[in-house]
Amino acid sequence: MDKVLLSGNEAIARGAYEAGARMCSAYPGTPSTEIFENLPQFKDALYCEWAPNEKVAVEVAYGACIAGARSLCAMKHVGLNVAADPVFTAAYNGVNAGMVIVTADDPSMHSSQNEQDNRHYARAAKIPLVEPSDSQECKDFMKEAYKISELFDAPVLFRTTTRVSHSKSLVALGEREEKEITPYVRNPGKFSCTPALAYRNHPKVEKHMKELEEYGNTCCLNKMEIRGHKVGVITASIAYLYAKDVFPEDTSFLKLGLTNPLPMKLIKDFASQVEKLYVIEELDPFMEEQIKAAGIDCVGKELTGNLYEFNPQLLKERLFGEKPQAPDLGVAAVSRPPALCPGCPHRGFFYTMSRHKNFIVTGDIGCYTLGGAAPLNAADTCVCMGGGFTVGMGIAKTLALTGDPRKVFGVVGDSTFFHSGMTGAAEIIYNKGNMVPVVLDNSITGMTGHQDNPGSGKTLQGEIAEKLRIEKILASMGYEFIQIVDPQDLKAMDEAVVKAAASEVPAAIVVRRPCLLIKGIKHDIGKCVVDTDKCIGCKSCLRVGCPAILVENKKARIDQNQCVGCTVCAQVCPKGAITRKE
Amino acid sequence: MKESKSALLVGVGGQGAILTAKVLVNGLMKAGYDVKMSEVHGMSQRGGSVSTQVHWGEKVWSPVIGKGAADIIVAFEKMEAVRYADFLKPDGVAVINDYEMASSSIAAGLCEYPEGCLEAMQKHYRCLVLNAEKIAENLGNAKCMNIVLFGGMVKALHMDDIDWEAVIAETVPAKFKELNLQAYRAGYAAV
Repeated sequence: MDKVLLSGNEAIARGAYEAGARMCSAYPGTPSTEIFENLPQFKDALYCEWAPNEKVAVEVAYGACIAGARSLCAMKHVGLNVAADPVFTAAYNGVNAGMVIVTADDPSMHSSQNEQDNRHYARAAKIPLVEPSDSQECKDFMKEAYKISELFDAPVLFRTTTRVSHSKSLVALGEREEKEITPYVRNPGKFSCTPALAYRNHPKVEKHMKELEEYGNTCCLNKMEIRGHKVGVITASIAYLYAKDVFPEDTSFLKLGLTNPLPMKLIKDFASQVEKLYVIEELDPFMEEQIKAAGIDCVGKELTGNLYEFNPQLLKERLFGEKPQAPDLGVAAVSRPPALCPGCPHRGFFYTMSRHKNFIVTGDIGCYTLGGAAPLNAADTCVCMGGGFTVGMGIAKTLALTGDPRKVFGVVGDSTFFHSGMTGAAEIIYNKGNMVPVVLDNSITGMTGHQDNPGSGKTLQGEIAEKLRIEKILASMGYEFIQIVDPQDLKAMDEAVVKAAASEVPAAIVVRRPCLLIKGIKHDIGKCVVDTDKCIGCKSCLRVGCPAILVENKKARIDQNQCVGCTVCAQVCPKGAITRKE
Repeated sequence: MKESKSALLVGVGGQGAILTAKVLVNGLMKAGYDVKMSEVHGMSQRGGSVSTQVHWGEKVWSPVIGKGAADIIVAFEKMEAVRYADFLKPDGVAVINDYEMASSSIAAGLCEYPEGCLEAMQKHYRCLVLNAEKIAENLGNAKCMNIVLFGGMVKALHMDDIDWEAVIAETVPAKFKELNLQAYRAGYAAV
């Protein structure tokens, strides 16, 4: 069969299919999202879904494995923080059929809030850790991961990085191995995590890890390439590919694919065959510290550092001092940060909030994080999924202690509301929070590239689903004054926030307009133009932060290629110089 | 080809750099090369600076290149050429679209678009400059700017042994086939 070009994520989806996975649940998050976007093509062979959050996804996948189906879940690195609770317990209870949890880490934080190294999770939870380097391995290692999960009675953590997930390389495909679902047999003695059971399970887990270490010394995921005896490199994941580009031909490699527990016998054997040993890994000295603790002399982080992703040239510079020379151009590019798209429904809300200096806005994770960027500058905090409501709650309660009159608006998106905003909404009502929860409902999970969620009315497999109504959920919790507002109407938007701030009863706002990029619904598209005779060059329109608006020769100009005619700029123009042409 | 080669395509989210890289990769695969590519998704979709890397040869390892390692940079926007210039090898070539897009920080009035981007690039590197937007507009659709630039890229890399027109025809959506073939030819002729 010809090889096909696949991204790491596409290959993981294919690998799960070939390994006979039957039940798959995930919450989207860059750089992991495309794994599940590529599963519906196999829906005749497996079930796949978007769960409301990562913890739910792991629990669903774990339940499926208890019931006898090979299961899969996937998430970005911070998603594993959300899902950690069931992962640690699943490690003790063990599995019935194989279970694989993919974590996609994001060194250099291309689209993340931190650079955590999730290999530590495998060590902390005492579960096997598998790390592929390229797309072929992404596919092939999935099959091995299911095998290991079943052999050692544990869920397997399968770790990629942005570059493993999003790089494409050639892959030879294989056939699917059908895995029959073993009939479900009630087994509370294994799957009910009482303290007494956990007490018995811990020694079992320690024993399995010892056995797994032994397995790692000979398993096909770990391979030794002896090319010479001067220099040896121990490496894993994408760093292997960089190191292959950088070290001379006569360098020997110990390339590890099973990295928790580390195969220490194999490592010692390798170390004894070379004069100088390097450990090349991105982020934390996960392997290096363990190797050094085993009494093996090696060089690593003192040269390569703990920060950000590597590339071959960067490794050459840090290892061998070879610095590329580039001429000084004498001109520098200015920053080009991401911005809310022209016509983005979030713009009207954040512009409105930017005009109220006595409002505090606690933001959240999604496209609307960009509402905190200049010139809108309309978010005080952004911490984590769901934190928009609850971090706001802490601020509001503290302000109340000092009699500070400023009003807190906690902001989450629709997908984030279902992810972990609902618990925050309950907290605000239950503990009498003097703040206004706001849901920016654009009908889709936007930033990760348009995945369905419990509010969008469709499932990952394309079926019509119950559409959960955010305002009904809020009303059932006890919010008595709920306003539903179109953010593109700036006057209505402003009235809504003023009224909510003054409300005597618990108030909430649902800001509703679909993302302009959603396909298959009719959007009201037009173009706005500036009447240069009327424009006085006051730059009021620049304050909405629209990428389509520029000032040229002291007059506003609207780029007709980018404008979609949302009219937010027209509504803020004091001279009526901007009009929409149909 | 003993030595591997690498290309860096840079621009602004939405300009079509990823489709261009796909055409390149499809052609290289047809010609029997080992190919790796890497792109960064995520927040960069929202008007941010984007880059896609392609690395090919008999056998290639890393999908990613660092500074001083690109044989060619294709800049879909001229300030982006400046931003990524230090990724070029000293004897590398830059294909630059003489096209200006303000960034959100410029639109917000926080800074100004730098003057002399093209001149600075031309002073220090071998550059092929074309106004791909104007060429694409003359063909009737500004969106085919990416394939115009691809035409310039093929000429710059001397990769005429691959039947690029066939590759483009197979890669782009059928209804835009003719437009993109014209765009490719126009870009090839323009540099």
